[in-house]
Amino acid sequence: MSITIQNISKTFGSFQALNNVSLEVPSGGLTALLGPSGSGKTTLLRIVAGLESADAGTGGKILFDGLPVTDNPVNRRQVGFVFQHYALFRHLTVFENIAFGLRVKPRAERLSRDAIRERVTELLKLVQLEQLAQRFPAQLSGGQRQRIALARALAIQPKVLLLDEPFGALDAQVRAELRRWLRHLHDTIHVTSIFVTHDQEEALEVADSIVVMNKGGIEQVGAPNEVFQNPATEFVMKFLGDVNVFHGRIHNDAPVFTDELKDANGVRLLVRPHDLTVQLYPGTGISLPAQVYRVLTAGPLVKIELLNSQNNLVQVHIPHDVYQAMPVKPGQQVYLVPKESRLYGNGNERIEYVI
Amino acid sequence: MKLKLKETSALPGFGLSLGYTVFYLSLIVLVPLSALVFRSSELGFSGFFETIRHPRVLASFQVTFLSAFKAALVSVVFGVTVAWFLVRGRFPLKRLVDALVDLPFALPTAVSGIALTALFAPNSTMGGALAGLGVKVAFTPTGITVAMIFIGLPFVIRSVQPALADLNTELEEAALSLGASRFQTLWRVVLPLLAPPILSGFTLAFSRALGEYGSVVFIAGNMPMKTEVASLLIITKLEQFDYAGATAIAVALLSLSLLAILLINLIQTRATRYLGNA
Amino acid sequence: MKEHPKQTGGFWGNLALCAAALAIMGLLIVLPLLVVLKEAFAGGVRLWLASVTDQDALSAIWLTLGVTAVVVPLNTVFGVAAAWAIAKFRFKGRSLLLSLVDLPFAVSPVVAGLIFILLFGRHGWLGTWLSEHHLRVVFALPGIILATLFVTFPFVARELIPLMTEQGSEEEQAALSLGATGWQTFAKVTLPNIKWGLLYGIILCNARAMGEFGAVSVVSGHIRGETSTLPLHVEVLYNEYSFTAAFACASLLSGLAIVTLVLKTIVELKGARDAA
Repeated sequence: MSITIQNISKTFGSFQALNNVSLEVPSGGLTALLGPSGSGKTTLLRIVAGLESADAGTGGKILFDGLPVTDNPVNRRQVGFVFQHYALFRHLTVFENIAFGLRVKPRAERLSRDAIRERVTELLKLVQLEQLAQRFPAQLSGGQRQRIALARALAIQPKVLLLDEPFGALDAQVRAELRRWLRHLHDTIHVTSIFVTHDQEEALEVADSIVVMNKGGIEQVGAPNEVFQNPATEFVMKFLGDVNVFHGRIHNDAPVFTDELKDANGVRLLVRPHDLTVQLYPGTGISLPAQVYRVLTAGPLVKIELLNSQNNLVQVHIPHDVYQAMPVKPGQQVYLVPKESRLYGNGNERIEYVI
Repeated sequence: MKLKLKETSALPGFGLSLGYTVFYLSLIVLVPLSALVFRSSELGFSGFFETIRHPRVLASFQVTFLSAFKAALVSVVFGVTVAWFLVRGRFPLKRLVDALVDLPFALPTAVSGIALTALFAPNSTMGGALAGLGVKVAFTPTGITVAMIFIGLPFVIRSVQPALADLNTELEEAALSLGASRFQTLWRVVLPLLAPPILSGFTLAFSRALGEYGSVVFIAGNMPMKTEVASLLIITKLEQFDYAGATAIAVALLSLSLLAILLINLIQTRATRYLGNA
Repeated sequence: MKEHPKQTGGFWGNLALCAAALAIMGLLIVLPLLVVLKEAFAGGVRLWLASVTDQDALSAIWLTLGVTAVVVPLNTVFGVAAAWAIAKFRFKGRSLLLSLVDLPFAVSPVVAGLIFILLFGRHGWLGTWLSEHHLRVVFALPGIILATLFVTFPFVARELIPLMTEQGSEEEQAALSLGATGWQTFAKVTLPNIKWGLLYGIILCNARAMGEFGAVSVVSGHIRGETSTLPLHVEVLYNEYSFTAAFACASLLSGLAIVTLVLKTIVELKGARDAA
């Protein structure tokens, strides 16, 4: 089931949480809404679910498979929603939590007791927690609660599955394991899914498609590789990983980097730490002078910290063998040459240029 | 733009529950209370003061406010002691004592009234013993205060107890590690942190005592000018069919106690500015 | 309950603390209760039994039970509705409403009785109309019920509002997203979560309704066998110097208080266990 979001705006008091957002989510995919807190991603998810309504009178619409559902309340929208803190019913067993959505159906549509039992058992098997059926939520670990919440949402055979920060409340190891599991689960059931996250690694690793959000608007939509390799805006570039920023300006149609802070026609060159190489002499293209400050050789990559002419910190990550071929020492004057870099003007938009 | 009465919420039943709440609140509380306000305005300014200025009325206010104030102060001292015991004392039957704290809430005031009177009457064991020491309790202002302490004590204990339980012992350990003595730790660290709940316990005990009738009326002796509390005077006026007089006293009592609560809340807000809820 | 017990210093410190606290509790709280029991049985069990089965005492007991049976359900329904509106929604005037719900606690019980006299009494606003239609409110059952409703008004709401605010509405949202209707959500999710708090509020409301004295005293008219509730009956007997009978009836009310405390403690323990 595809989801269409048209011209959705939402204000809380004087705070504009969403500003005229439109988005098309294709059927069967796993889409991540990625952004910092306050970017509006959770609000958008809740509006899709019907837990929140968009500002009236702005013409905002939500459509499932082309049919408007904007006026359907949450209990008739048939969405599976997984809450950030799970919202498991604390007074019900795991079994009864999963069965809840089946038991509250009108009598005419309700399955028989045996059919409910069968369906719940099936779901418990799917989330690999059959042995916990009679436990209460308080007796489960965070990861187990998360999976029960997911099973409960799937019980009603939702048209779409919406997950709010699904791994936010878990510790690192469990999170990595659940990520893989969620991806695997999605590959098994193929229900159109959207999840909200502020963790770019999580989005890049799990999603088919990433929607990067900032300040109530969408910055970029694309496959993980696409948004990582071709960030449409400076915000996306910065949000998806560590970057070094070099300030400069356009001179004779070419960028010049003096590291003098932003003037009106300023441009910024953004380079990821692993896209910089260290040279002892300036090259023909862009090469930026810097002084080695510290070298950290413990870890999978050698991390070199340098100071540029403005005394700003620059990070370079290079493989051990490259470093061994040309080691540097603190205090040494070197030149940094970007392999891959992106240039942004003051409007946040990317400027095309060839090194 | 449309006036936004509430933030949107997916939960149903807002209109129904709010509508019923406002309707029932108006029916049981607001409309009857407004009767009091309107009736007193019928009295007029001069009529109102005519009643209030009467020496017997002034005396009843004096005895009510003074006794309530003294009782609230004593309740604070006793209440903090008992709360401290309940949180930090070592005693096998603490759970039982904890349950008994609420007895004055649960015991009908008429019962507390006659029980306290029987306990402190001059012809009882304890009353007699106290009389031998020259302390008369029953049928004196002291008796009124004792009854008000009985009524007010649970308010202080129940305000202070949770705050004391939440108090991080690390704070005290920090003070001790910085060289403070146990007394300095108590005086400079613990008590200032307990000040807000103590003050709110004091306010609750005080305002309850101002309006108290049942537990006070038996032990007071009800001598006009001496041991007649304001709430009793209202009843006396009513029994004489002096509705105007009863209304005036009620309005004065209500406004004075609301004023007292407001004043103490103001002090509380100023005193707890460090909590950042300015 | 807490990870590390917080206790007062040495043996002597603890001893002094225990002695002080137990002295306060013993003298001020327990002793009056014992006095009631002692005085009630001063004339032996037979006299006690005669006092509480006296015609007027029995009718006072029935009246008290009847008033409570009307008042507690009404204020419980109100408490749940008010808590739902105030705890689950954010709206203009919310904090004003919250203070108004608490207002009856700030009003002296005697004043609470007085306002109903001013409304429904012979010289009250509706007095003439009522007497023309031969309806009695004041000095009759309706007045007693109204006054009791007023003084016990906040109990249930006050217990539920902080509890439901703290619980938030995520579980309700989850229930709705799973297709439950509003009433199903309330019955299957909200109610089980608030049951101990609700019960706690009902217990307190019930104790106050049965024991209310000041407000009822003003509106009842003290008609023996007709408009005397049990606390009023205690007063009447006491003022007639029938001390043993007065304390016998008072001992019934003390028994009620003790039952209340026991139930309250059980409910608190259950609630704490559920929360853990």
